[in-house]
Amino acid sequence: MNIIGKREPRVDALGKVTGAAKFADDYNMPHQLYAAVKYAEFPHAEIVSVDTAKAAALSGVQAVLTAKDVPGSNRFGLGGDIRILADDRTRYLGDVVAVVAAESRALAAQAIDLIEVTYKELPAVFHPEEALKEDAPKIHEQGNEIVHHKLRRGNVEQGFAEADFILEHRFTTQAIEHSYIEPEAALAYPDEQDGFVVIGSLQNFYTSHKAIAAALDLPLSKVQIIQSTMGGSFGGKDESATMLAARAALLAQKTGRPVKMLNSREDSIRQSYKRHPYILYYKWGCRYDGSITAMELKAIADGGAYVSMSPFVTWRSVVQATGPYHCPNVKTDLYAAFTNNNFTGAMRGFGSPQVNFAIESMMDELAEQVGKSPLAVRLLNGFETGSVTATGQRLNHEVSLKHALLEAASASYYGKKWAENRLTKNKSNPIRKGIGISCAYRGVSLGAEGVDAASAVVYIQPDGSVNVSSGIIDMGQGAQTAMSQIVAEVLGINLNRLRFLQPDSGRVADSGPTVASRGTIMGGGAAKIAAENVRAVMEKTLREMTEQEQADFLFENEEIFLKKGNGKGKRVAGFDEVVARCYAKGRPLFASGVRHIAETNWDEETGQGDAYFTYVYGANVAEVEVDTETGRVDVTKFYSVHDVGRAINRSMVEGQIYGGVAMGMGYGIMEEFIQEEGQAKTLNFDEYYIPTALDVPYMKAIILENPDAKGPFGAKSIGEPALEMAAPAIANAIFNATGKRILNLPANLEEVLLGKKLRRKTPRASVSCKIGPL
Amino acid sequence: MTEITLNVNKKEYRLTVSEDALLLDVLRNNLGLTGTKRGCEVGECGACTVIMDGKTVNSCLVLAVQAQGSEIRTIEGVAENGKLHPVQQSFLEYDAVQCGFCTPGMVLSAVSLLEKKAHPEETEIKEAIAGNLCRCTGYQPIVKAIKAVGEK
Ligand code: FES
Ligand code: FES
Repeated sequence: MNIIGKREPRVDALGKVTGAAKFADDYNMPHQLYAAVKYAEFPHAEIVSVDTAKAAALSGVQAVLTAKDVPGSNRFGLGGDIRILADDRTRYLGDVVAVVAAESRALAAQAIDLIEVTYKELPAVFHPEEALKEDAPKIHEQGNEIVHHKLRRGNVEQGFAEADFILEHRFTTQAIEHSYIEPEAALAYPDEQDGFVVIGSLQNFYTSHKAIAAALDLPLSKVQIIQSTMGGSFGGKDESATMLAARAALLAQKTGRPVKMLNSREDSIRQSYKRHPYILYYKWGCRYDGSITAMELKAIADGGAYVSMSPFVTWRSVVQATGPYHCPNVKTDLYAAFTNNNFTGAMRGFGSPQVNFAIESMMDELAEQVGKSPLAVRLLNGFETGSVTATGQRLNHEVSLKHALLEAASASYYGKKWAENRLTKNKSNPIRKGIGISCAYRGVSLGAEGVDAASAVVYIQPDGSVNVSSGIIDMGQGAQTAMSQIVAEVLGINLNRLRFLQPDSGRVADSGPTVASRGTIMGGGAAKIAAENVRAVMEKTLREMTEQEQADFLFENEEIFLKKGNGKGKRVAGFDEVVARCYAKGRPLFASGVRHIAETNWDEETGQGDAYFTYVYGANVAEVEVDTETGRVDVTKFYSVHDVGRAINRSMVEGQIYGGVAMGMGYGIMEEFIQEEGQAKTLNFDEYYIPTALDVPYMKAIILENPDAKGPFGAKSIGEPALEMAAPAIANAIFNATGKRILNLPANLEEVLLGKKLRRKTPRASVSCKIGPL
Repeated sequence: MTEITLNVNKKEYRLTVSEDALLLDVLRNNLGLTGTKRGCEVGECGACTVIMDGKTVNSCLVLAVQAQGSEIRTIEGVAENGKLHPVQQSFLEYDAVQCGFCTPGMVLSAVSLLEKKAHPEETEIKEAIAGNLCRCTGYQPIVKAIKAVGEK
């Protein structure tokens, strides 16, 4: 292979280092208006009336809209319950009751203050366990249970009876803000044929497209969504970004002018959905030899105000709830509940970081109880090729879990350090060293709950230059580069011939969401098929040129050769020459490709089935220094091993690993989106801390490659695996250093020192003053 | 409204701005230099970093009127005569760019550091970019990229 596996520079990087790259807020139009929002004033209240008269009368205000003014559907999302503008009630403080478009940002904000809303306050609920109680205030008519997923395998009662001892813990994990550095923004404007164009920072623009067209009451063909360069997303620019873009589009429709809508950081954090906080009750039946006889889990996820991705996020948790370990008897019940907190949805990891934290902590506990090393216990219980998962799926691909564990352990000298740290308890030195290990497996792509298809288009222009496009979005992870490399490999051309065009709703068929680490395997798969389709046209021409009807060809280094067995035969022509011939024969070189994988099945009642069409495996080791006087944890080194099937671009795979580790470290020891009574307390980066350059450890990325038949050139995925097992490696390292088991994330100062979180009672400055756009 | 003069990327501008206008907004909106990014508007993320009279500042914390008479360098002024600055080149080489939203600020922090110290230590690099948040890269490739410039 010539291009696959190389460290090719990213196709989109040049514009990003010069400042030329245009993000959503960098688009402006003459005559544009600025939008602002009126927030809910109670986390749970009936909206009795909205008086917009004074705001509308302010000079320079061009439109004020409430739910009543939405011509089409005001609700969207998986549950059909997310309101573009709050209609019947407010359900969290990020709900928006009205929007304004005015000649300036300042005027729009001024108008917002003139809107008067009369509410009837309703009792609210902020804790998911409370919300599931019989007498809890109902947030939606159907009650507060969003979903209850079950998995039943074997007989847990019997499994516990066979156990030598029982391990039981209650774990909690926190809400996390995605913290993409680019806040959401969109520019909406009327086009020339009474349709609308929206340029936005949208992760899943096909779903945004549908929601926006439905809101405007227009056919999909009349609404064009243009994807701007995205300043990060991590799962976060789906429904929240859609809400913003839809509001802008509604105002553009009302005023007939371009409307810019822009979230400040505070707007972004106040409105957007978060990673689900979980409460997990884990119970394991174990034997003295370190094996597991049964596992029972009851977990409750806080879904917040709307359904969003809760059913899918929690489903993944159920599938992966035993971790990559043999367990004959399993009973899992996973609930998601409505509360009056920010709604929770997709975030890198998608239901796995929560369970992984608990599982991997339990695995270390098990090792501690039976007097073995954590590595030994994992090797004893871990999956191998041919193992059967808790859902009854046989893993027929190369299961590289143990290989990953051993790589991570040997690269870090895990065994030696683990044993040493336990012995050195120098009482006079408050700084203790620790090392921790974790591993995980992960179902690739959407799995049995979604239709899994993606599209791509390849167009070889008459001069031999090539355009590629796909419905898979590049949010910085490098999807465009990976897809370009795949196309270049298939066509045997240099990468600099290729230009990736930003996706646009009219250009490429619905490719589903860019989530679930499916970009390379699905988008790359589609790009490969599109390139093969276009190559087939060239091959037809080549057969005529060589007058060999059965010939096969090799496309390599910008030239085409006859295939001789598996090797290279006589040169036939240069790439450009063949392209020219094709066009001369009236054969334009344009093709699309669709990758659809449907080899999954699922039984809702028992939680049995082939949940995902393939899986990836990885292992992490963290080294820490814990200050036992302050509780401060310093992560000093990190080893991250992943089997990615095949690395299309090594640098980019490493980049995903480094970024994932940093984010996983934030999850482990720093980050928490705090809400009190529905009121967000961490509204900007002065109170919501993400790792800085000084916080991150030295990271070693180790890539394993076991090509998978399902992926393009064998590639699987890396985006989410990179993050999902970092926190428990750190928590286990803290245990190795201090003997304290972390049960609640994040392991910040209070948690490490006191085993609980301290909460400030009085409101902070940023919360006590009014929050709103500038 | 007040009249100010700014020297941005070696070009003189005479502008009428309101007293509360941020340098960030003036660069982006009045001058169309959208390479300077808005990420938090409270001085925490560094996406809005520019070099003002030889020092890096968060342009969201500087009023345009405070910048009166200053020399300002934005990301658009880093490459000269169509040639990338070594820092930019190194960012490409070391895959220090993912989504790219932090990149302009990172590049400027790096350029400013290297102008003061041609061969910085790793900790000095980390300190110099500690005010620039990046959610994508884990910083490691960025630090490597900056270090490599110093080692050349
Ligand atoms: S926008 Fe200025 S520091 Fe974040
Ligand atoms: S590259 Fe995305 S924030 Fe740094």
